[in-house]
Parts: sequence; C-alpha cells; structure tokens
Amino acid sequence: MTTSTFGHDAIADGHWDHSAHGRKGFFTDTSICIGCKACEVACKEWNRNPQDGTYELLGSSYDNTGSLGANTWRHVAFIEQDSERIEKARESGRKLVSLGMPSIRPRTDETAAAQPVSTLPSSPEMNIDLLAPGALQPSDPEDFAGLDTAPPDTADFRWLMSSDVCKHCTHAGCLDVCPTGALFRTEFDTVVVQNDVCNGCGTCVAGCPFGVIERRDDGTINTPTDRGRSATEMDVPDKGTANKCTLCYDRLVEGQTPACAQTCPTTSIKFGDHEDMVAQAHERVAELHAKGLTEARLYGANPNDGVGGIGSVFLILDEPEVYGLPPDPRVATKDLPHMYATAGMAALGMVVAAGLAFFGSHRS
Amino acid sequence: MGTSFGRGGATQPLQDMANADCIVIQGSNMAECHPVGFQWVTEAKARGARIIHVDPRFTRTSALADKHVPIRAGSDIVLLGALINRILDEGLYFDEYVRAYTNATNLISDEYLDTEDLDGLFSGYDPKTNTYDNSTWAYQTDEAGNAVTDPALADQRTVFQILKRHYARYTSEMVAENCGIGPEDFDYLLESITSNSGRERTTCFAYAVGWTQHSLGAQFIRTASILQLLLGNMGRPGGGIMALRGHATIQGSTDIPTLFNLLPGYLPMPRAGVHDTFDDFVAAIGTPETHRGYWANGRSYAVSLLKAWWGDAATAENNWAYDYLPRLTGAHGTYQTQVRMLEDGVDGYFLLGQNPAVGSANGKMQRMAMSHLKWMVVRDFNLIESATWWKDGPEIATGELRTEDIDTEVFFLPAANHTEKAGTFTQTQRLVQWRHKAVNPPGDAQSELEFFYELGERIREKLKDSEDPRDRPLLDLTWDYPLDDDQEIDAEAVLKEINGYHLGGERDGEPLTSYTEMTDDGTTLGGCWIYAGVYAGGVNMAARRKPGAEQDEMASEWAWAWPANRRILYNRASADPDGKPWSERKKLVWWDEKADRWAGTDSPDFPIDRAPSARSDEPYGGPSQLDGDDPFIMQADGKGWLFAPSGMIDGPMPAHYEPQESTVRNPLYDQQNSPTRLTMKRDDNLSAPGSGYPGSEVYPYVFTTYRLTEHHTAGGMSRWLPYLSELQPEMFCEVSPELAEELGLEPYGWATLVSPRSAIEARVLVTNRMTPLTIGGRTVHQIGLPYHWGVGGNAVVEGDSANDLLGVTMDPNVFIQNSKYVAGAVLPGRRPRGEDLVDFVAKFQANAGLTTESGNQSLTVSEEVVAASAAARTDADSGGHVGREGHSAVGTVPARTYGSSGGGRSGKSQGEGSDGSWDSETAESKSPMAGEASENGHANADDRTGQVNVTPGRQTGKAEDSRNAEGSDAPEGAPDGADEKEEDR
Repeated sequence: MTTSTFGHDAIADGHWDHSAHGRKGFFTDTSICIGCKACEVACKEWNRNPQDGTYELLGSSYDNTGSLGANTWRHVAFIEQDSERIEKARESGRKLVSLGMPSIRPRTDETAAAQPVSTLPSSPEMNIDLLAPGALQPSDPEDFAGLDTAPPDTADFRWLMSSDVCKHCTHAGCLDVCPTGALFRTEFDTVVVQNDVCNGCGTCVAGCPFGVIERRDDGTINTPTDRGRSATEMDVPDKGTANKCTLCYDRLVEGQTPACAQTCPTTSIKFGDHEDMVAQAHERVAELHAKGLTEARLYGANPNDGVGGIGSVFLILDEPEVYGLPPDPRVATKDLPHMYATAGMAALGMVVAAGLAFFGSHRS
Repeated sequence: MGTSFGRGGATQPLQDMANADCIVIQGSNMAECHPVGFQWVTEAKARGARIIHVDPRFTRTSALADKHVPIRAGSDIVLLGALINRILDEGLYFDEYVRAYTNATNLISDEYLDTEDLDGLFSGYDPKTNTYDNSTWAYQTDEAGNAVTDPALADQRTVFQILKRHYARYTSEMVAENCGIGPEDFDYLLESITSNSGRERTTCFAYAVGWTQHSLGAQFIRTASILQLLLGNMGRPGGGIMALRGHATIQGSTDIPTLFNLLPGYLPMPRAGVHDTFDDFVAAIGTPETHRGYWANGRSYAVSLLKAWWGDAATAENNWAYDYLPRLTGAHGTYQTQVRMLEDGVDGYFLLGQNPAVGSANGKMQRMAMSHLKWMVVRDFNLIESATWWKDGPEIATGELRTEDIDTEVFFLPAANHTEKAGTFTQTQRLVQWRHKAVNPPGDAQSELEFFYELGERIREKLKDSEDPRDRPLLDLTWDYPLDDDQEIDAEAVLKEINGYHLGGERDGEPLTSYTEMTDDGTTLGGCWIYAGVYAGGVNMAARRKPGAEQDEMASEWAWAWPANRRILYNRASADPDGKPWSERKKLVWWDEKADRWAGTDSPDFPIDRAPSARSDEPYGGPSQLDGDDPFIMQADGKGWLFAPSGMIDGPMPAHYEPQESTVRNPLYDQQNSPTRLTMKRDDNLSAPGSGYPGSEVYPYVFTTYRLTEHHTAGGMSRWLPYLSELQPEMFCEVSPELAEELGLEPYGWATLVSPRSAIEARVLVTNRMTPLTIGGRTVHQIGLPYHWGVGGNAVVEGDSANDLLGVTMDPNVFIQNSKYVAGAVLPGRRPRGEDLVDFVAKFQANAGLTTESGNQSLTVSEEVVAASAAARTDADSGGHVGREGHSAVGTVPARTYGSSGGGRSGKSQGEGSDGSWDSETAESKSPMAGEASENGHANADDRTGQVNVTPGRQTGKAEDSRNAEGSDAPEGAPDGADEKEEDR
C-alpha cells in the first residue's frame, strides 16, 4: 500500500480496507504514446459502449472524441506546441525540481526509505510530482550539482499525445457522494458503478473533481460481431445511469489485463500493482530528467494531494492544464470532517451562548 | 532490393529494429501505419538509439522521433545521394566491408556513359521505346568470362570511382535547394548515420510506400541500399532495410501470388511464343547448367508445383501437364486491365478485398471502367463503393453516368473476415503465422477458400460431360480436401499441400522438410517451393507460439519464416571475410572452426559447411560452388550491388529526376523527369504541364496522399464501423498556417482541391505540422490528403476521395503509380455540385492548356545527347556480363530466357506507357528467389491483374487483391473487406 514518508496512511485515511488483491492501477507514460487510439477502441469494444459524437470533425487536431464521458472511457488528447511552449514546459518542469516542489524524497518502499535523502538527486527515486503539496520545503540546491539537466536541442515543434482515463482516486468523490450505493470500491481497490443500482441522480457527476463520470443519455452502437445490423439499430445499454471506466473489473476478476493496456502497442499504458506503477513512474521520470527532458513530471503519484493520490498515475510533458487535467484536484468531501467539526464547534458555541444567555439573564 | 541484395523481402524482423543504434524512417509514417511494429522503434529508443524521421509532414512518427526533417516529396534521391557523396568523399564508409562484400572493385564496360556525361541520361537509351539497352552497364570480363576487378579501387572504371563521380554533384547545397533541408539538418543526419555504423554499431532504414509510390520509387530504395552497403549495415543485427508492407499478408500474396506474371514461389508465368515447351519454361526458372544457387533446381520446383495442381494427370509423358497452364499474351496489371475495360475488352471482374472505386489512383477512370463490364462480383463485408458506384457514385451525381444506361450486372457476396476463417498471414518480415478461426462467419458469409472451392465444384459439375480438351485442366485438377469439424475445408490440408510431400514409396504422404527434397521425377509435390518446411514433420510450424520470454531474442520458435526459418537475411555479412564477427556487440553468425560449420543465433544464410576460405572456379553447379566470402548468395556474383549492371529498367545507379507534374526544375540535370517512367496518355488521365511549361502555374501546389491510423485504406474495414469512424469522421486536408493565410482558408472550414483530373472538397486542418519549404528560391507548399473516404450511400462516414485527384504515371520497374506528388490548386469553400463540377475541372484544364501530351514529354535533353546515349550500346551478347545475364551468374535466372530481350521492353504490341512494360517486369522477376517482395513485389502487389477469366489451373478467379491469395492456392488471404494495393501505404 502506498504509504508516504510523512507517516500517515492515505488508504487508511480514505477509510477503505486493504483488499486481498492489493491495489491495481495504471501508469500511463505519455512520452511514448503514439496517439493510435487503440485504447479508445479496445475500451469501447470490450465494454460495449456507445459510439460518441456526431461524426464531424471536432476541430482539435486529430482528437474527435473530445473528452472522457459516459461512453468514452479512454480518451487521447492531441496537443500541438511550438518551441516557445516547449521551452516553458521544460522550464516549469525544471522548477519543480529546483524549487524542491516535488522534493527529493524516497520512494515508498522500505529500502528506499532507508536511504539518506541527500544521495537521491540522480537516483530514480526522484519524485517529480505536480500534485505534491507536501513538498513545499525547498531542498538544498547543491543536491542538483551533479545532475546534468542540460536539455537536448529544443525542438521547434512537438505533438503531445496522452491517453486519459478515470483516476480511481484514493478519496473518490463520486463514491463518497453516491446516495444509492451504486458506486463501490472493489477488491482491487478500484471504483466501479453498478448500473442496476444506479438511479441516475447525477450527484456523482458533480462529485468528481476530474470531470470523468457522466450520465449516459444517447448514442449508437454497432460492434463488428453484430455486423449486418445497422449502426442505429442497437440498444444503448444502461441508458440514464452514471458511467465511467471500471478498470475492466470484469476482466480483472478473470485475471486479465484491462482492454486498453492489453492493446496498447507501445506499452504507453501499463497495468499492474499500484505500488509498482508508481515506482515505475518515478524511475521513468528520473530517466527523462537525466536526459535533460525536464518537462517530464508525474501526475497523481502523490498520496498527499487533494484526492489522496490516484490509481491511474500519469507521466506528462507539460502542465496538467495543457492536457485538460485539473492542476490541483480536491475531492469534494475532503473538507467534510473539518466542516463537521466547524459546524459542531459553532453549534456548541451557540449552545454555550444560549446557556450563558439563559444563565446570565437568570442571574440578572 | 532484389537487385541490390538478391531477395526483395525486408531484410530483417521488426523485432531486430530494437538492436539498432540509429533508425532512419523515410518514406514511411511507421507509427501511424505500422503501430504494432513501431513498438520496436520505441524499444530501440529506450535502449538509447537515435530516431530520425524524414517526411514532408510532421506525423505521429515524428512526434516520437528525436528529430523530424521535413523534405519535399519526391526529392529523396537528392538527399540520400548527397549522403553517399559525403560518405565517399570523407572516407566515412566501412572500408573492409565495402571491399569484401560489394561490387565496388568491379570494372564497368568502357562503353558505359553516366548521367555525368549525358546530362542525366545513361548510355543505351532508345528514344523510340523510352527504354534502356543495358548492355553497356555490364562488368568488364577477361577472356575466361571472369569479372575484372581492381582491389585498390583506383581504376577510373571501378564501380567505386564511377559511384564517386556520379554522386559528386549531389551536394548539401543541392539538398538545401531541392529538398528544402538546411545544412544543419543535413549534417545531423550524416553524423547520425555515420557515427552509428561500423564494426560496433549499426543503423537501420525503414521505408514504406512513401518511397515506392513514385515514378522512380524503386530507385529511392536502391539509393538507400547503396548507402547501407557503404556503411556496412546489411546482414547485421540492428541494420538492414525494413520494407514495411501495408497489409496483413501482402508478402504472402506475392509469395503465392495474385499477380498476373508469377506463379507460386516466384516461378515465372509462361509466355505464349516464348515458353512453348516445358524445357523453355524450366530454363526460365533455372538449371544446373546456368546456376550456382538454389535456382539450379528449377525443374524440381516446377514439377512439384504441377503435381500439386494436377496430381495423377501430371505425368512425365505429358510434361507434367505443363500445357494445362495458361500462357501470357500481354500485360495484365491493374491499370492495363482497367484501360482494357474502358475499351470493352474485359467481360467480368472479381473484386475481393479491394475497393478500387476509392482506393485506386484516378478513381473516376476506375469507376468508368467498371461501367464497361458485363458482370462483376464483389465479395466483401459491406456494400463498399465499388459495389454501389452504379447508383450513388460521384459520376451519377455529375450526370456522367446514368444508372439506367449501365449494363454491368453486379453481384454482391458476403465474405468472412479474418476472425471467421483459418489460414496464414505472411507479413512484412516473411513470417508465416497461422490464424485459428475464432467464430463462424455470420449468415451466408464464406471464406475465400470455401467460395473458390465451391465455384470450382460447380464449374466442374457443369463441365463433367465435356469432351472439349480445353476443359481438361479444370476437370483434372486435384480438387479434394478434407473437411474440418465445421464441415469447412481444412485449411491445414492446403498448407500441407503448399509445403509439399512425398508421393509413392516408403515416405508416401510424408511432408517435405525442405525444398532440397523436391524431385523432378514426380515423386514429390509442393505448391510453393520456398514454403517447404512450414509443415515439416506434419507440424504446423506457422502455428508455433512459444512466448518471447521462453526463448532468445531471435524467437525462432515463433511461427516460421521463409526461407528455412531464417530471420535476418545475408547474415553471413555479420561476420568478416574470415568468418569472425565484426564485433562482439554485433555478433550474429560466425564460422565455428571446431565444428567446421557456420553457427550463430539465427539460421545461417549460407551453405552451412562452406568455409570462409572456400573458393571455386566453377561458374555453375549449385550452392556448393559459392565462394566462402560471398554473403549475398542469391546474387549473380555473391556481392551487394552498388552498381546494378542489370535488373533495373531506369539506370544502374539512382539519379534524381523530378516527379511527373513537378513545378520545380531539376537542378541536377537537363533531363527533367525520369525518361523511362510509364505514362498513360489519355483524355481522362491528363497531367499538369510541369516546370517551365506554360500552364504549370494553374496547379501550383503539391498534394501528397497518405493513411491514418484510424482507418484502413479505402475504408472497407473502417468506415462501416462506428468506433473507428468517430475517430476520424471527415475527409480533411492538412495545410500550413502560411498557406491558409495565403489562400484565406478557415481552420476546420472547407477547401476545394483541384488536380488536372478532378476536384474534391475537404475540411481544413491548419497546422504547424506542415512546413512550407523554400525550393529553388521560391516557396513550395505541400498539402497532405488522407485517402480513406469515398462517395457512396452505405458507410457510416463518407467523403470525397483523394485518389480521384491522382493520375496514373508509373515506375517502369514495378508499375507502381505515383501517389505522393500531385500538382493541384486549392480554393476556399466547397466544390461545385452536379454537372458544374465537370465544367469546373474543365475550366482549369483549359486555363492550363492541357492536352494528352502535357507533362508527358520523355526527354528534355538535346538531340545530340540522346544520339550519344543511343549509340552507346554493344551488340548484346549478354553472355559476357557477369550481371543478371546468367552465364556466370550465381543463382539468377537469365534475363533472356524470360524477357524477350535483355530486360528491355521490346516486343510489346500495345500502346505505349501502360503496357509493353510487362516484359520489363520480367527482367525484374528474374531476381532470384522472392526478388519481388519489396520493389517488384510491392509493385506486383500493387499491380495484380484485375481480370478474371476462367483459366485452367486453380486460378479460377484471378482476384485483384494483393491480399487474397485464395484465388490461387494460398490457404488464406488477408481480411478481405479491405482494400488494396495502391493503398498499401
């Protein structure tokens, strides 16, 4: 389980039990994504999700599905950038290091934790995570003296591709707010909707800080095994209910890999134990930094962020906003205890005040 | 590649790309068109290799590359030639490799004249036929017929010196001027490939149809071949030239061909009047009297094939039923057939897995041609545009065709897809892989195997009482196959027949383990000699699936590769002349002194016990006579060819000519276009006038067509699927911001694109991925056009077809049309509708003053030069050539025995250009063993016959598709709903 060095257990904080299977998740390495969209298609094929959209160009480079939604559970973004933007990304990534924002801190396993912090700048355990609010203490600049971060020639153009997916958050907003219990935490520590329980109230839609979950209203479906039937003939399954990535729950129970990871030709989408995924992500980002590609950073690998870390970590090459990802997502229920406490205090204060008033008046 | 190295297939597995230290991808958009294979490029990158993508567009391949170098379409020889020039000039070549393994030391005939001497022509040009007589390109020989060499490379007539002079004018300044590539990028490229080649390191080149679909595409590949030989990258791990094939079994459908001029295993199709007797035919394949290599056993291959087809009816007395084989009387390539259709010369047409109404160049010509047929059969998953053109095609909209006037009867038959039938795919790297059937086909859908078997049964039933001798070939066919559990023909039984087995005697029915077991006395049969071994021991080797983790990196136990399960070709060259690996790091195959054999991690591509020191004075006598340090064992002289004395129609060394319709003057020579390109002068195939001619300004921009990951060729397998259609729903064009500004194009608005053939509309993608280039002092804009959409009424998404803009001009070696450079004009807004569209296109044609001669001029050099070239021919006693002419050839088929003259196009009887070229094809088809796979094969793949006549032999229906070998004998074709050929990109 992911345990931060700050001593608390994010999973335990999330008030869900450790499962028998251990937490499963993705590591999506966008630096080797070729934008083939095989993940989108494999996902829709496996899950029988309706086709999206109007069969018109969306006006967004090669992206014509737009965003994650009720039907599109993997979505590939295409971002075209010029040299100025590349330089900025590289600079902002570098700053993440030199400001110590990600902080150089050990990976979560025990061996790494035992290592002295000061030896780590060039080690793969370097943590460059955008969503790491805990990393505010600036680290010693000298730590970076030995690190060659001279970037290669800045290209004058680049085309970023990135496959987005449900984050399967440690503190899942959708699950927290679901009034019917349709959303549940599986034995793989993933978050899944039970469509036969969901009443379509839509509370979860507002509860997701990433805008992932969505209610399905319409669409068409026609899978290759059903050829002979026209595209509009098929029923839309689970109409009106909330839908999102299940991390292929039905495949996991059979010991299989989720469809998107299975089909990805370049292994940009990796699937496995969450802990391994995070470790691989850290290694990869360090590797890229060592090559001078300081624009690389992790997204969602930090258990101290606003959602307690996510189950689907990403390696991205620019600010999260560039990919349509929120820079500082916070689960809507994060402040609930504090709010309850405040409210309780307020209520108590009022009781006290009322009492004082009563007794005061009585005294007078 | 067949000409350069001996075999035309990709020289290594995709997996081997991971071993490269540098990969240059040029003429290919590998990440988009071969995404699965591309994982090995990303693997190489992870291991530290440098990846460079040279392409007119910044694509998804460029996005993953270390560097993208934009280039003007069609200028690749200038760039590669300039690299050759610098490498020779600065001594950056792999000296020991070049001296030992290439023909650098050979002396060329004194009569040979180079482009340097003739303003861009080579010696031997015949202006009447637009072909070369290659007799002056031959090696010098002594009285005994042995080639004269100069190991010091000093003689001015050595290949090395000729090469040096030939490329001297290909400078980095020329690259800047003609390709639009600046000196910095050029130096980066040069540094990358030279510092990553040599004993310790290797560089790999990858190409696809970005190279082949040009009027001199074969020469693009030749230039890369020369480069790779100079750098010593052939036959070594992480080296080679990766010829990326565009479909599931394009390679398979050239091995067991759907081509008009080949029989299985690259045996030639016999020609009427040339191969009248069986001995003529065998001589055209190869005999011990003319060959050293495995072609010497041509008679065994032929007899075994005929026994496979006609069984007991093939006897020694009737020459193994040789006379049952049909004879060629002319060229039957796809474009030739189409022209013949327009002349009402073709009655019927089978379309399998092809959608020519959308996928072939000059789509209007294709559709008009089909309207001249009496009947056609379309077997596909969906009602593709080629099945519905008669009711909702573009010509119906313009009024050029009226449904009620069309007499063509169209039959649509549902086809099983690749998951619904068993069989094999032979892919890019010659790997034969078995596919098990996953589900039964729905409804009446049938596999090709079932369909053609049943068609054969029905025809035989109708003919069963016939006394007509012409029906004997059909009635005598072995047409009996066991059924599997689903009561379908057992595809494995077909594979066994292809592999071959013993007949009679103790081993009756036992599968052959190798083609060396084939006999010429009727005691073996085998449907394709190069596949012998795929069913050795009765085991379906193609179905082997030992996981990668359980075997070494070569993965020899995954499926089966021909020949002999060999994965890296010419791997003898991975060792030095003494048989020791060039370096420990790049070790592959070596001479094991103790065992007295070749050893290594791959199957050695050399006679296993032939020592490095072995020498032979015998010119013939089979593979035991090979010299011990001749790694290119299928070549006439065992060497990699820097200079090709024969085998190429358009010159012994690549020279740059501008593409047809180019608006740029050729800065290298007075000769503007390739003088041997095949043009098709027709009113419905007009060309832009070309640089320097009035009217060329009417079509100022360059269109270049390509494929997207989200769709499959002409859309038959993708535009009917919502999941794929939604990913790329509309036809678009890619333009640079500068051009959009110049023309007033709105992002994601509409543009009309006009070529001398047609006009289409597309949505506009304005992107920095397109770079305007400065060529010859002015700006050249290239416009990218994906070609997946077509006009019809049945698909989920439709749109105008980019191929309608294309004209047909072909490479003379391989008949591939030029799809990568089309001149055109662009206007904002949508195109006119109905009849107005015809007028609109005609107005542009009139403005440019187009005639059928426009742009089709063969020669642009002075008459004196032409005369000098024409005068330079020897009386072709080609016996003196060490080239492909046979006599001292190692493992080649003599050109003269098949082509009527030494590789020329003489003897043709039909109009120029599009035909007549078929015997030039034969000149190439003599390339030993699978020679055609890449250039020619590609070409062939692109050029299979469209015509269907019920001919003797299994070719009951000669399908046009490259991927559907079922028409003949193959167990399987590719998924047939898709298309084709010229979209093999």
